[in-house]
Amino acid sequence: MSEFQERIKAAIPALRRYARALTRDAETADDIVQDTLVRALRSEHLFHGGDVRAWLYTILTNLNRNRLRSLSRRPTLVLIKDGDATTSGPDSGGRDIARALDELAEDQRSALLLVVLEGLTYREVAEVQGVPIGTVMSRLARARMQIKAYLDGERPALRRVK
Amino acid sequence: MTDREQIEDELNAYVDGELPADRRDAVEAWLAAHPEDAAKVAAWRKQGELIRARYGATADEKPPPQLDLGRLARRRAGMKIAAIAAVLAAFVAGGAAGWVARGFEARPPTDLARFTTDALDAYRLYAVEVRHPVEVPGDQRPHLVEWLSKRVGSPLRAPELDKVGLKLVGGRLLPGPTGATAFFMYETPTGERFTLYCGHTADRETALRYTSGEQNAAYYWVDGNLAYVLSGPAERDKLYAIAQAAYDQIDRRAPAQGG
Repeated sequence: MSEFQERIKAAIPALRRYARALTRDAETADDIVQDTLVRALRSEHLFHGGDVRAWLYTILTNLNRNRLRSLSRRPTLVLIKDGDATTSGPDSGGRDIARALDELAEDQRSALLLVVLEGLTYREVAEVQGVPIGTVMSRLARARMQIKAYLDGERPALRRVK
Repeated sequence: MTDREQIEDELNAYVDGELPADRRDAVEAWLAAHPEDAAKVAAWRKQGELIRARYGATADEKPPPQLDLGRLARRRAGMKIAAIAAVLAAFVAGGAAGWVARGFEARPPTDLARFTTDALDAYRLYAVEVRHPVEVPGDQRPHLVEWLSKRVGSPLRAPELDKVGLKLVGGRLLPGPTGATAFFMYETPTGERFTLYCGHTADRETALRYTSGEQNAAYYWVDGNLAYVLSGPAERDKLYAIAQAAYDQIDRRAPAQGG
């Protein structure tokens, strides 16, 4: 295994963690990580040094954004999975924060997770998201405000369907 | 930017350890004097803790074989042409990428994965066909439905989708993941095509599930012993309306409406 591949391999656990939080679905998350790895392997020649991990986060963030673009505007019956009859259930431990994340716009969620879960700096998040640092900061601020409002009691029992 | 926004930005930077050292004292003094902001900062820190508590442990899990980098790399290096073609197709298919790629793994794909992949392949193949998109044209609907029902081995329906703006172009018989499969094609007045792919499955009944690629997308569901995949251009709302209309008509628990 080349050094480049070793560095990718070392990042897999963190990528899984980020993808899991980003999608809130274990299977979808691993599918996206797999796509990320395949794409990274394919693009080795395009990688000109620097931080492999940040580069992988960038690929993953973009893949997930593409996925969501095609899933945009959620109608009522979507994303109902076998054996997942309701969105509530015994898994109450961290469910509130997962739902709070659900409520966020994708770019806000991604910015927040890269900072608080993955420990990236604002500058690194700006590179991953391809936006100025000021945009990252306003995404973070809005994400936190919204999560707080949600956890403070604005808890819709059902997601409002537009 | 208002002062308030500036304060919020600094508070966020403070929580994330991004505040320049020379602003730290000022922010801490501000927090001491503004309990509401101090509470907010505490709540934000708590959010971070909740997120890490919820998802942090994922990084300690052993990654599944699907993510074995050595294997993914070898697969790339040693792939035969067919496999390369399949992976390229997977990138086109987008949402199906994980499934197609998984086809190389030991884990057998579910019918959902196989049906959706095959249905989207058939869609891409025939939706662009100008002269021979179907074997039996839609004006012979009773004959078409009777023939396909017989070959698939279950009574089928070609749903009436006029209400959602679609006319039946016709249908054809295709090989599918579980044997003979019926393929109905519909068209809008502007020539946009949608297809319904239907064959036997052992999967449990499901409600509508969605998968998508860059250009095409599909809804999948199971009714009784039949799996259905409604494929079309990746415009989710429109596809949803059509899938819902087909789903409602096909639903065996619903009163028969002819068809």
